[in-house]
Amino acid sequence: MSNIKSAFENGKAFIPFITCGDPDLETTAAAVKAAADNGADLIELGIPFSDPTAEGPVIQGANIRALKGGVTTDKIFDLVRELRKTVKIPMVFMTYANVIFSYGAERFISTCRETGIDGLILPDLPFEEKEEFLPVCRKYGVDLISLIAPTSANRISMIAGEAEGFIYIVSSLGVTGTRKEINTDLESIISVVRDTTDIPCAVGFGISTPEQARKMAEISDGAIVGSAIIKLLEKYGKDAPAYIGEYVKSMKDAVRQAE
Amino acid sequence: MTDRSGRFGIHGGQYIPETLMNAVIELEEAYNFYKNDPEFNRELSELLNEYAGRPSRLYHAKKMTEDLDGAKIYLKREDLNHTGAHKINNVLGQALLAKKMGKTRLIAETGAGQHGVAAATAAALMGMECVIFMGEEDTVRQALNVYRMRLLGAEVVPVKTGTATLKDAVSEVMREWTSRVDDTLYCLGSVMGPHPFPTIVRDFQAVISKEIKEQILEKEGRLPDAVIACVGGGSNAIGSFYNFIEDPEVRLIGCEAAGRGVDTPETAATIGTGRLGIFHGMKSYFCQDEYGQIAPVYSISAGLDYPGIGPEHAYLHDTGRAEYVPVTDEEAVCAFEYLAKTEGIIPAIESAHAVAYAMKLAPEMDSDKIIVITISGRGDKDCASVARYRGEDIYE
Repeated sequence: MSNIKSAFENGKAFIPFITCGDPDLETTAAAVKAAADNGADLIELGIPFSDPTAEGPVIQGANIRALKGGVTTDKIFDLVRELRKTVKIPMVFMTYANVIFSYGAERFISTCRETGIDGLILPDLPFEEKEEFLPVCRKYGVDLISLIAPTSANRISMIAGEAEGFIYIVSSLGVTGTRKEINTDLESIISVVRDTTDIPCAVGFGISTPEQARKMAEISDGAIVGSAIIKLLEKYGKDAPAYIGEYVKSMKDAVRQAE
Repeated sequence: MTDRSGRFGIHGGQYIPETLMNAVIELEEAYNFYKNDPEFNRELSELLNEYAGRPSRLYHAKKMTEDLDGAKIYLKREDLNHTGAHKINNVLGQALLAKKMGKTRLIAETGAGQHGVAAATAAALMGMECVIFMGEEDTVRQALNVYRMRLLGAEVVPVKTGTATLKDAVSEVMREWTSRVDDTLYCLGSVMGPHPFPTIVRDFQAVISKEIKEQILEKEGRLPDAVIACVGGGSNAIGSFYNFIEDPEVRLIGCEAAGRGVDTPETAATIGTGRLGIFHGMKSYFCQDEYGQIAPVYSISAGLDYPGIGPEHAYLHDTGRAEYVPVTDEEAVCAFEYLAKTEGIIPAIESAHAVAYAMKLAPEMDSDKIIVITISGRGDKDCASVARYRGEDIYE
């Protein structure tokens, strides 16, 4: 059991995603602090991967910029150690299976525990393959977050039944990126989840505006935003943390209204 | 050799986004039904024989045999298939399967363009929509194949991300499939990706070794001593090996693209330089750095320019049943020219990797030994790039 449930004890949650090392780790640290200071309830830290198959162009771009800048898994663990001196809210990693597999599951997940990472979100590790890392995650008390997609249908209760931490509800088909509209019948999906488990569920993929975040928070326990924040980093570079703080505040205010 | 989760030893699996899980489960169920359906098999045989021109010839390369003065050499002529490569075997199977499943749209990646052309061909034949993703760099290397695909009615999407080659095209098709699963089937071109693709593609390509076996028994009354094929993802190689796996006296040799050499970073030899990892839906060997970032591989051959290898090959390597050897650009180009001059056959630059290794191996073997080389495709598409490699300023 990790610290993740505390993220959902402050009303509806707002969860920002930030790619580590885009454009550099100092900016990442400042952006995370700005998000935490302005009401973020949980932070998703992206460890960049060379070939992020679940990401749209915006987060792909962040991955490329970060890797070009020389960021590595070890440098990201150092960043987390530093951040943990001041940031108290839960933090999880979002990355791809090979980043963990290559580092060594035992070494990676034990370092998560040691540095203060509460969970892992791995878009290329579905229910059928979770045994790859789950035993080690259990050993170190790091939650392996389950994802449920618009196509999950008959799989929803199977996935929800074994979920830990929180459930990541993928709002739309396709890859990450901002969308004008979200048309999936999320209420039906979430009602199946609710019948199965008490674990909180947050909706991500395609959310960028306060209005969308409020709508998602009305039907779930929180909203996850990635690409909209990465766009701020892309636009403002090292100056982005101030804009990210402002944006997070507007989004947290919006999800609060959903209560 | 596969169990329910699609494993080959420790390799394989289904490391894909949740969004695609029901799609691959649906595909697996459909495949398990249709592979035993007499009507499906009758239709597929008819397509392979009447449309693609199977069985392909097993040709005794007399001049090459005499010249190398060693083992007797046969060429399995997959280059004579309709569309000029082995890719059509798999594509006709998958397109027919897609049609039976009620899908109306095929999406596919392509490296050299052979799989893209084959997929576009099958889509045209069966009246399906078709979108091909091709690395932008490859659209330049293989411009004529881009035109062919468009001529056949397919849309070709140049992929600009990453290294703009085959791996990026595969990533982009996966992204596309997550955005549209209902009416669309991913027609994967090699024995890679998540289960059930490595099994489905292998089964559709196994016709190659089934025919080699029948043909060599008829011509020689015995099995060959070695079967040699090039390996990128590994579909023509697994097709050439599959029906010999239980015949331990037959050496199975896969030729990887070493590019400028396995001691340089400009290589695509996965068994030679890679290590175990998880990528593109499967656990297998991949070229990658110490942090698991996938390496930007290189080969003169767009079809072998891939940083991984299919999971069944990884397993055959682990068990020692098959051998995997590196062949450089230079060796492949020499073999390309050699086969053209010696036998009047221009092989695909991919297949030339297998020819190159056979040129080393044959002279070391006695004249009563037999080698079969799979010529996986024809080399017309490569003439301009080989000419450029030799310093001639030719474009298609």
